Parts: sequence; structure tokens; C-alpha cells
Amino acid sequence: MMNEQASPYLEARSLVCAYQANAQQIILHDVDMALYPGELVGLIGPNGAGKTTLLRALARLLPPKSGQVLLDGRDIWRLSVRQMARRVGRVPQSANAAWPYAIEHVVRMGRYPHRGWLAPHNQRDLSAVEEALDCMVLKPLRNRAFNTLSGGEQQRVLIARALAQEPRVLLLDEPIANLDINHQLQVLTLVRDRVRHQQLAAVLAIHDLELAARFCDRLILLNQGRIWAAGLPAEVLQVDHLRNVFGVKAQLYRDPLGQWALSVELVSDDESIQ
Amino acid sequence: MARYLWTIRPLFLLSALLVAVIFVSLGLGAATISPAEVWAVFNPQVPANPATRTIVLDFRLARALLVSLVGAGLGGAGAAFQGLFRNPLADPFIIGASGGAALGATLVITSGWTATRFGVGPVPLAAFVGALLAVGLAYGLSEVSGQLRTLALLLAGTALSAMFSAAVSLLMVLNDRDFVNVFFWLLGGFSGRSWDDLWLALPYIAIGLIGLTLLSRPLDVLAFGDEAAQGLGVAVPQVRLLVVLCAALATAAAVASSGIIGFVGLIAPHIARLLWGPIHARLVPMSALLGALLLVLADTAARTLAAPIELPIGVLTALLGAPFFLYLLRTRRELF
Repeated sequence: MMNEQASPYLEARSLVCAYQANAQQIILHDVDMALYPGELVGLIGPNGAGKTTLLRALARLLPPKSGQVLLDGRDIWRLSVRQMARRVGRVPQSANAAWPYAIEHVVRMGRYPHRGWLAPHNQRDLSAVEEALDCMVLKPLRNRAFNTLSGGEQQRVLIARALAQEPRVLLLDEPIANLDINHQLQVLTLVRDRVRHQQLAAVLAIHDLELAARFCDRLILLNQGRIWAAGLPAEVLQVDHLRNVFGVKAQLYRDPLGQWALSVELVSDDESIQ
Repeated sequence: MARYLWTIRPLFLLSALLVAVIFVSLGLGAATISPAEVWAVFNPQVPANPATRTIVLDFRLARALLVSLVGAGLGGAGAAFQGLFRNPLADPFIIGASGGAALGATLVITSGWTATRFGVGPVPLAAFVGALLAVGLAYGLSEVSGQLRTLALLLAGTALSAMFSAAVSLLMVLNDRDFVNVFFWLLGGFSGRSWDDLWLALPYIAIGLIGLTLLSRPLDVLAFGDEAAQGLGVAVPQVRLLVVLCAALATAAAVASSGIIGFVGLIAPHIARLLWGPIHARLVPMSALLGALLLVLADTAARTLAAPIELPIGVLTALLGAPFFLYLLRTRRELF
């Protein structure tokens, strides 16, 4: 899956960030990470661990206090907003459209960084839009207004919009947080397949540890703004890490179908004192 | 090509309707002129009655074209501000243009200054400058090193508007001999406007509307919020500056021509969105045309309903516009 020889698409070096560019309180301390083509990396950690802040810093929405984010070896703050959007697609947790745009138009907005203000759609724009609609199984919905869709459908539209950008890096901020289990699996499968087939590099913030273990090639565990552990799912989701970071007694195991599964319970008080 | 025509057709139909309405309005007023006589004025083959010619061309046509221009400016600027702020309540005056214009006009009226420049009196010039200064002030106060703070601009504009209208009220109370003049200016109107007024407003409103039409694609992307737009490659601070600049130019020229005319800039974009959808490349021009059409209708009504008394057009647009808006609010819930 992951191409070990290749150089990383996206890389964070000694990244230090606050909640806002000029705020004092540090949210991310000294984060180093690299993202290689063809891999889906899961970003896990408790609420407030800094997952969203890290994704915002990687997406060039939050200037770092110190350190760097490199895209193909170049500092992202030296790229224009448009150059960035041609290479990196971002999928927010949810979105509100101020006006009732049809799905087709929403996905077409993904072509903005390639077309700019005035140029008409060319054949490549149209085929990228069609392919993104097709990939997220949205063709039957193309004329529906975005606001009228269900949460799962909206999420697929947002991913399709990012795919229409033809990015090499995808940043997804808890894309399945508001979905039922069927749509969670659907969205994760679509994303994973796309990442593998197109050799994209993707980071996915995710709360569901079991699904993270099943779908991600690697995991990064954040705790209080630091990388606590990183590596293969089985390495990161160790009993010690889960107890120390999440305060739960959890065991990763293979279920009868050979998939990763996680049994979890709260750590009782006398255990946590130890 | 079929696609292209689909975009063009409503534009063409609405333009034709506007021309027809203007033509009819040329015959209406204190002196009723038959359509045949109006047509004769435009037909070089037929020698026209000079008095009729003056009424139709210099009084009514100049006025109708200025009214259209002002309506177009308000409609287009309203669509752009609603798009920029993602707010269906936004109108051309949302960030202080009306307050600044009113303060400028009131200052000139109460100071009794009457010197004429560039063929116009000092009141329109003061209103124009006041509107631009107010928007510039709101913009400057909200801007913090190019960050994504569109909401701050909206709030700064609202606060400044309140401050300016308080200042206008104070000036009116302190200068009660000018009370009526200020009051009528605030209500808006086109009484006595000529070709000079039209040529003066035309470049600003034309530049503003052309600029806003060119900015329609980033305005679409902004519908999902500043951060989403930036993620899709929109340079949000630059786009915001250009939208504000173009819309403020059009609004300031409109306010300078006619005083404060409410509701057209709020309603025209809503009707246009209802009829032709939210894509700004179509919405901005259609809102402008619809604003022109609505304002010509309102001005014709203002001139004729109680002739020879002329009703203040701002009163008519609010009296007719507000119930229509409430009707939309009740029946088209998906819009709000």
C-alpha cells in the first residue's frame, strides 16, 4: 500500500501551534509527521488533544508559531492559496451552504483552483467533476440541493468536492462523526479505495478506534498536543497507551472474520491510581 | 451553445421587459402622452412637438434611465453583499453606506452650503463621499492583518450605521429649519433629475456591476464559509476587498443620485434567486435587472398615483416591498 521509497507528500517538522495564530496557549507541541503516497493515516486522540488544530495547520488555515509544514518539500506558507488548493483537498466535519446549490455545482466548486475567476469549464474540469460524482455514488443526486441531503449524503458531496480538486493529499476532519454505521463504512471504504487507486496521501481524524484500526494503514495518537504514539494500528492501540491516554481498559483483537476489533471498558478508580 | 443560450435567455427577456416598462412610463405623469406620440419622439422621420420632446426625453427618459441605473446598482450590490456575508438579510446598506451618505448629506444641508461642482450640487457629492468613507471605515476597523473575519466587517458596519444615524438625528434636531429638507432627502426620490445626474452616476455603477459579475465565481465558493473557500483556492481577503469596493461604489453612486431607497437591494436578489437559482454569474446580473425593473415601476407609481404631488419613492418601495418580503418569508421557507 504505502510506498516506502517515495518521498513524503506532506510533512510536519517540529510544528508548534496555538489555537489562533496570535494566542499564547500552545495546543500542539513539537509535532513531527510525514505522509506518504498511497497511505491512509488515522489521527486519533481524546477531545482537545489537538487533532483539529493539526489538520488546520496542515491545511494552511493556521500559521504555526514555529516549525514548518512541507508539501513536496516546500513550505506551504510559500505557496499561494490556489497552488495549495490544487494539491491538498480538505473535507470538513460538516458544512452549511448559505444558498441552495445543486450537488453538481457544489462539486464543480472543487475545480475553482484550476479555473480561477473567469475561465470556462474545459473537458478536464467536466470529467473530473463526473468522476468525483461517480466515485462517491452521487450521480442520482446531482440536481438535488445540498441543504436537502442527509448527513451521509452531504459528507459524500464534500469528499467529492475535494476529489474534484484532483489533490494529492486529502485532509479529513472526522468525516464519519455524524453518520450511522452503514454510512460510516461506506464513506471509509470509498475513501480508502480512492487513496489506494490514485496513490493519494490522506489524514483522517477519527474517534472510532475500531474503525481506525480496520481502515487506516497507520495511526497517530495525539495526547495533550503531543504525538504519544505512531505506527501500525496494532502498535499504537496497545493496552498501555489506551489506558494512559483515554483512561479505558481496552484490548485489540482479531474477530472471527479476521478484522480488528476492540473491547473497551472504563478503568475503575483503584486501577487508575496505580 | 444550448447551455450558453439558457444563461442568456432570461437576461434577454428581462431586458426587453425593462425597455417596455420604461417606454410605457414615458407616457405617464402630470401630462399624459399617448404611446404614438412617445414613439414619434424617437422616430427621426416624424417631426415631433418640441414641448413633448422635452418632456419625454429630458424629463422622463433621463429620469427613467437614472432610476434603472440606481435600481440596478442597488440590486447587484445587494446580491453581492448577501453572497459575501452569506446572509439573506444583507442589503447594499449593510456596512454603513446609507448612514455615511445620510451624514454627509445632512452636514451639507444643515451647513447651508450650495456651491455647485461638476454640474451637481454639494448634497450628492457629500452623500457619495460619506458612503465611501463609512464603508472604508467599517472595512478598516474590521481588518486584522488579512485574517478571515467577514463577520467582523458585518458587525463593524452595523455599529457604524447606528452611530451615523444617531448623528443625523442629532443634526436634524439641532437644525430644525432644515428638518424638512433632510427628512425628504432621507426618504429618497428622483424629482428633477436630468441627464447630468445620469452621466455622473453611470461610470461608478457600471464599474461596480461589471466588477461584481466578474467576482461571481468566488462568491459562489464563499457560500460554504471563509475557510472552505480558502481550502478551494479563494484568496478570501482579496476577494472580500474587491467585492466591498465594487458594491460600495455602486451603492454610493446610487445613494448620491437619489437618497436612501430601501428594500430594492434586499428583495431583488431574493426574487432573482427564487427564479433563476443561486449561481452568482446569473444572480448578480439578474438582480441588477430586476432591481432596475422594480425601481422604475415604483418611480412611475410615485409620479402618477397622487399627481401632481410626487410621493417619496423610498416610502413606496418599503410599503410595497415589505409585505412582499413577508409573503416570501411565509411561503418559501426553504429560502430562509
